[in-house]
Amino acid sequence: MSFQRTQEKLKILADAAKYDVSCSSSGSKRANTNKGLGDATGMGICHSYTEDGRCVSLLKILLTNHCIFDCAYCVTRKSNDLKRAAFKVQEVVDLTINFYRRNYIEGLFLSSGIFKSADYTMERLVAVAKKLRTEENFNGYIHLKSIPGASDELMREAGLYADRLSVNIEIPTEAGLKKLAPDKKREDFIKPMIKVKNEIIQYQTEKKIIKSTPKFAPAGQSTQMIIGASGENDFQIMQTSNHFYKNYNLKRVYYSGYVPISYDNRLPKIGSAVPMLRENRLYQTDWLMRFYGFDVSEILNKQHQNLDLDVDPKLSWALRNLHEFPIDVNTADKRMLARVPGLGMRSVHKILNARRFRKLNWEHLKKIGVALNRAQYFMVCDSNQFEKRDLTSEKIKGLILQNSTSKYQKMLSNQLSLFG
Amino acid sequence: MQAKNLIYDGTFDGFLSAVFYVFEHKLTNVTIQNEFAMQQGLFSDVEKITTEEVKANRVWKGIKSKLSAKGSYQLYYAFLSEQIAVETLLLDYIQYAFSKAHNVDKDYSHPSILKIAQIAKSVGREKHRMEAFVRFRLTKDDIYFTNIEPDFNVLPLIEKHFKRRYADQKWVIYDIKRGYGLFYDLEKVELINMDFPENFNFTKTDDSFFAEQEFEFQKLWQDYFKATNIESRKNLKLHIRHVPKRYWKYLSEKQP
Repeated sequence: MSFQRTQEKLKILADAAKYDVSCSSSGSKRANTNKGLGDATGMGICHSYTEDGRCVSLLKILLTNHCIFDCAYCVTRKSNDLKRAAFKVQEVVDLTINFYRRNYIEGLFLSSGIFKSADYTMERLVAVAKKLRTEENFNGYIHLKSIPGASDELMREAGLYADRLSVNIEIPTEAGLKKLAPDKKREDFIKPMIKVKNEIIQYQTEKKIIKSTPKFAPAGQSTQMIIGASGENDFQIMQTSNHFYKNYNLKRVYYSGYVPISYDNRLPKIGSAVPMLRENRLYQTDWLMRFYGFDVSEILNKQHQNLDLDVDPKLSWALRNLHEFPIDVNTADKRMLARVPGLGMRSVHKILNARRFRKLNWEHLKKIGVALNRAQYFMVCDSNQFEKRDLTSEKIKGLILQNSTSKYQKMLSNQLSLFG
Repeated sequence: MQAKNLIYDGTFDGFLSAVFYVFEHKLTNVTIQNEFAMQQGLFSDVEKITTEEVKANRVWKGIKSKLSAKGSYQLYYAFLSEQIAVETLLLDYIQYAFSKAHNVDKDYSHPSILKIAQIAKSVGREKHRMEAFVRFRLTKDDIYFTNIEPDFNVLPLIEKHFKRRYADQKWVIYDIKRGYGLFYDLEKVELINMDFPENFNFTKTDDSFFAEQEFEFQKLWQDYFKATNIESRKNLKLHIRHVPKRYWKYLSEKQP
């Protein structure tokens, strides 16, 4: 391949792909076969981190940034005046293999602008994955975009070569989508998602009967929503997210704070801040839903439509539900332990194990790694020292904030002063 | 009773042989030290331990029967940390484990067990970092070569990972801090010692040793690394937390 040409394309097409935040490379079970190249059995590996602190685990590029659509929020929209480029199938294969051999990456994340038609685009994405698997005997991770509108046959083929498939719904509500991408309909995104979900279920069922059934997208599918581009509140966003987790068996929903890239007056102005703190709070909520046994309606509902920015969502929930506390760390069940602010799931497991040997006191909890600054107001342990005052929620919140320095302090005071 | 100081040869088997000696002689006031990192105690009685595989295996089998798989690998991980006096902690843990009828490896409120779990955790983290931060460079002899300087002796832990992953290419991972490396020849992995030419610079890719295309791919990788960054989200503090500066000198994307 011609070095200079490839170099130029890589710059353009990596730049265009970077707004897709998914970087997961785990959850597949693709082992190295016949002494080929690569292995995707273990946990994912972040090989590097960009200066914005995001993980680099996959070669994340677009096949092309030519696109027939004009979605306002997208940097490769048709009406945007920028340099366009397109990779050849072989170029992507060579880059992937050579980066992988040097241990730069876990695999490939290939997306694309839509050129000519959905099928034409999807066909090329599939061709790259097929070449990697069949000609290069590549067993690393491959994440392909499902192109809305592509034929079922192509989607099925994609799933046979890829570890993960994803289609980004981008805008959390239908009303928002109508405003920013009038050419697109919610169903267009849903259709490939349903197709992939059904294929996964079918292949898994067959695999139980016939061992040699090939893997179909073993790392499942995911989607992404842009935050702060179309005016949705956190309640709407998390309801959509919950809906997708429940109905389409998604592995992940990603939240991407909108990075202003357009002078379109339907969108936040260029230069306005990326809502990173809000994005963080949404991820925390997502985790509470998936790993901490919370129902989304406990955290966000008609009364509380937006997440607090100054405290994390679990603390915020606990402050609204003081009647559930304090709990005794030596007797409480797992479910309640997981609900104590300052206790992560790792600490919960350590506590459950450790308390079988002796009753735990503050000293033990501190060594285990519990954030006592928050947790102390919500629990008692084997000690006669505990919070005896009958504190109100506001008071507790004040005490906690007083004794902590948030990594978001700077951002927080900025955002508050904006509205203050 | 006078304090006894057991000196072993630095290997895991050597350490286990010393543990065997402690149990055999029912020693109570004892420290175990690596002969390369030995500190002479003023009033202690020094005993040199010979490494015996049979004894080591017996101790290891005993440990495995007392602990869960995770518990025993935590002991091995902690041993590879090479931290000063880690042997004493390990011995305390092992003695405690043998003194109880039940499995103790989750007794996190016991000081030695928590400490070993924590050390094992940092060794595990270093192992994972090496799996991430190794950057192979293709030599003129068609071998993918990398040099590393891990905080802990993690080469024995990462062998399997790289063997499984790069089954169809020859590679060398060389620990220049400890002076040994792993060489995979498409069949098996061997421990090797290498002599480097005097003018060999570990951070530079020199065209007298490395293949021509190596420069192109390093450049492409650097370009990719820059292009995939979102300037308006810049967060150097987070960046450095994930990629601590001490690893930068061998990361191709961090080279000027």
